[in-house]
Amino acid sequence: MLSATATVIKSVPKSVGALGTFVSRLNHTLPDLPYDFNALEPTISAEIMRIHYTKHHATYVNNLNIAEEKLAEAMETKNVNQVIQLQPALKFNGGGHINHSIFWQVLSPNGGGEPSGDLMEVIKRDFGSFEAMKTELSNASVAVQGSGWGWLGFNPVSKRLRVATCANQDPLQPTTGLVPLFGIDVWEHAYYLQYKNVRPDYLKAIWNVVNWDKVAQNLHDATMAC
Amino acid sequence: MADATILQAWLLSFCYFTTVMTLKMPYEFIADQTSNYVLPKLPYDYKDLEPFIDEATVRVHHLGHHAAYTKKMNIALEQWTADSEVAHSMSLAQKPILDILIGLDDVPKKYKSSIQNNGGGYVNHNFYWSVMSPNPNLDDREPVNQLGDDIVKAFGNFSNFKALFTQEALSLFGSGCYVWLSRNPIENGKLVISKTTNQDSPLTDELQPILVIDVWEHAYYIKHQNLRPKYVSDWWNLVDWSLVEEIDNWWKGPNYDYHEEL
Repeated sequence: MLSATATVIKSVPKSVGALGTFVSRLNHTLPDLPYDFNALEPTISAEIMRIHYTKHHATYVNNLNIAEEKLAEAMETKNVNQVIQLQPALKFNGGGHINHSIFWQVLSPNGGGEPSGDLMEVIKRDFGSFEAMKTELSNASVAVQGSGWGWLGFNPVSKRLRVATCANQDPLQPTTGLVPLFGIDVWEHAYYLQYKNVRPDYLKAIWNVVNWDKVAQNLHDATMAC
Repeated sequence: MADATILQAWLLSFCYFTTVMTLKMPYEFIADQTSNYVLPKLPYDYKDLEPFIDEATVRVHHLGHHAAYTKKMNIALEQWTADSEVAHSMSLAQKPILDILIGLDDVPKKYKSSIQNNGGGYVNHNFYWSVMSPNPNLDDREPVNQLGDDIVKAFGNFSNFKALFTQEALSLFGSGCYVWLSRNPIENGKLVISKTTNQDSPLTDELQPILVIDVWEHAYYIKHQNLRPKYVSDWWNLVDWSLVEEIDNWWKGPNYDYHEEL
């Protein structure tokens, strides 16, 4: 188990100032990775996991904290232009942090196989079969132009499961309203060192490490929240 | 016997001469044909861009990514030209990919996305390979002549231009992008730095690109992983300003070998 070294501070005091700025800098931290870097081999190599977590995800966290600090300043000085100018950085880094935090959880060295229980029932209901869902999500993920994510999401209004894709680090829920259950990172950094340009091979392999227990938990939480 | 040897030698020289003389730069392929595009050969060996871009990357980038765009573009063009339902767009469909990307808005909806991604991918990579050359002696390279003057005029000095261009390459939200130096014909050929996402092309904005860097992760990940700034700084060593000048001049001259029927 790998631990983050900074503590998470859940609430920022109203009085922004030197202390407030300092506090907001510690607002987001890299979540613990639930397994070692090599745990997902041979599906995802240790090298990819190490760089993906300690470099890419860590950078999103750092830059999110920086953007939020600037946002606090902009709000304090009522600089609406600056507030709006910060939105792309917040979406990109905040989305990156959200997406990767979900991703580590929905993968597992003990994953793979098929879902069961309510999750399986709902998948069969909304896609016809488990294989049909896999095919749709895989195809959608392969087809993402440039960088983005493929998602299995839950529509809180219709209560149905849907496959969706988002560009760059756009987070699923704020962008589409769907609650993320399972996601696949198809940025090249997620697979390139191992699979090179053959994204379809990465998509074939990733099903071996899907943490269906966690996906089922995500569905349960989403359903309860309605 | 002597005659045969002389003939052989002459034939060999002729073959060598014509091969060397007709080695097209990749960017030239975008304007002189209209179908069955081939993956252009690189003007250098796969290992020749070392140490700045590693051999493995150049190989996969060219034979994997660029080749895939070439193939898919050909398929899309074939389907489009054979589609009687969109006969009104045939004159565009039968133009070189350069013109198709300029007129992208007129591509039928059915084919637009595929042409934008794959045609764009083909053309963007053609430019990318065309502006680099091996630099084994780590020469300092700078633009000269008219282009050099125009860069100074537009950006103050070469350093400043490099800094601005680099900043664009590093500030992109998302991967899957390019940064371009182009001339804008409606501003009297003023030089502009711009960026495009995915496989979009400045041609669609009617700019005339002369320099480009590919900052998709696949362009650098094997060697640099997440360290894009290192890739960009290495890439400057490969930019060959005489080639950039050639492209600049190409835009000014007649650049179609393909002639429309009168």
